[in-house]
Amino acid sequence: MAKKIKVATTSLAGCFGCHMSFLDIDERILQLAEVAEFDRSPLTDIKHCGDIVDIGLVEGGLCNAENVHTLREFRKHCRTLVAVGACAINGGLPAMRNHIALEECLAEAYLQGVGVDNPHIPNDPELPLLLDRVHPIHEVVKVDYFLPGCPPSADVFWKFLTDLVSGREPSLSYELVHYD
Amino acid sequence: MTTNPTITIDGKTVPFREGETLMEAATRAGIYIPHLCHNPEFTPHGSCKLCTVQVNGRNCRACTFPADVGQTVLNDTQELNDTRRTITQMLFVEGNHFCPSCEKSGNCDLQGAAYFLNMLDGHFPYFYPSRQMDASHPDVLLDRDRCIFCELCVRASREVDGKNVFGIAGRGIGNRLVVNSSSGLLKDSELDAGDKATQVCPVGAIIVKHHGFEVPIGERIYDGKPIDEVSLAKEMAMGEGENG
Repeated sequence: MAKKIKVATTSLAGCFGCHMSFLDIDERILQLAEVAEFDRSPLTDIKHCGDIVDIGLVEGGLCNAENVHTLREFRKHCRTLVAVGACAINGGLPAMRNHIALEECLAEAYLQGVGVDNPHIPNDPELPLLLDRVHPIHEVVKVDYFLPGCPPSADVFWKFLTDLVSGREPSLSYELVHYD
Repeated sequence: MTTNPTITIDGKTVPFREGETLMEAATRAGIYIPHLCHNPEFTPHGSCKLCTVQVNGRNCRACTFPADVGQTVLNDTQELNDTRRTITQMLFVEGNHFCPSCEKSGNCDLQGAAYFLNMLDGHFPYFYPSRQMDASHPDVLLDRDRCIFCELCVRASREVDGKNVFGIAGRGIGNRLVVNSSSGLLKDSELDAGDKATQVCPVGAIIVKHHGFEVPIGERIYDGKPIDEVSLAKEMAMGEGENG
């Protein structure tokens, strides 16, 4: 049997909607499992790529320092890196905070927000520092492919992965390209 | 008997009438040239550059360039569509186009053009410009984040409504759509929800309130049909109407 290709996934500043949509390939995941195996992924709960993986899927943009660190490490371990979904591609809805000063955002959420109890801005050293703006991932690492959508449909994942696994240049037809 | 003068577009012979632009001749012949700031009802503006075609080896804007005998025009080529995709990417990164939260999504010409050109990402670093929203008007929302400065509202307000409500001010990334009223707010302008200026925005910058998300996903304009079909059907019908 041919060696299985390794797929890794990660979620940065996203909502896990893209991962959920990926799982919407439903029973086709059995076909995928015949040719591919998951490495690092929230689906396997493996935290770091074991070695070099063939395909890395990134959901979410960059909203804090940990996202940047995770992305850079992930990129180093992936032969092919794929930006999955609106947040990875253009920052998505988290980037709607970009025209508001970070201090104002934090004040609204933790000091002045409706129903806030014991108002203070969280400052535990364990918490990753927020970036002053949310960024798409291509501004930090080289991205090989983009799968737009909020989320991309299961058919987008399926078409892309089957193209790539079969050695075809991945292409998405009109019906598969949408930004919402 | 005189024969109509012709040009060729992608090798196809296309007749034109004296004074017609390349866009007008192409549309009448059923040839789609991607465009955003062009609308056959208004004076051509030539600002979005999406309709860039090659005329005898030089790039021109089809919406403003007059058709003339001897022109060999290239339109649907890989190179031109690559250029148009890049232009579209620039439009996306220069504004704040968050499609998942936009009422115009699915019916947006910018999005439709991007889908048509198979744009999958923004390519360039995003600017995330800071722009003011104007929700002051009871019936019309002005969301400057989505404005692409096509000036269709400016032209519609001036040429059809006779009100001159909109204008563009500033330069470069500081460009912004401004409102002609004492306060600068839409509520103090002469704009009414039924004005032509509220109907022509190709993106979601000018939205008539109380109608958001009326059409479900799957039934919106560009969910099923690509913009070339939609645009040609609409604009060819408009042309026929004009010619009686």
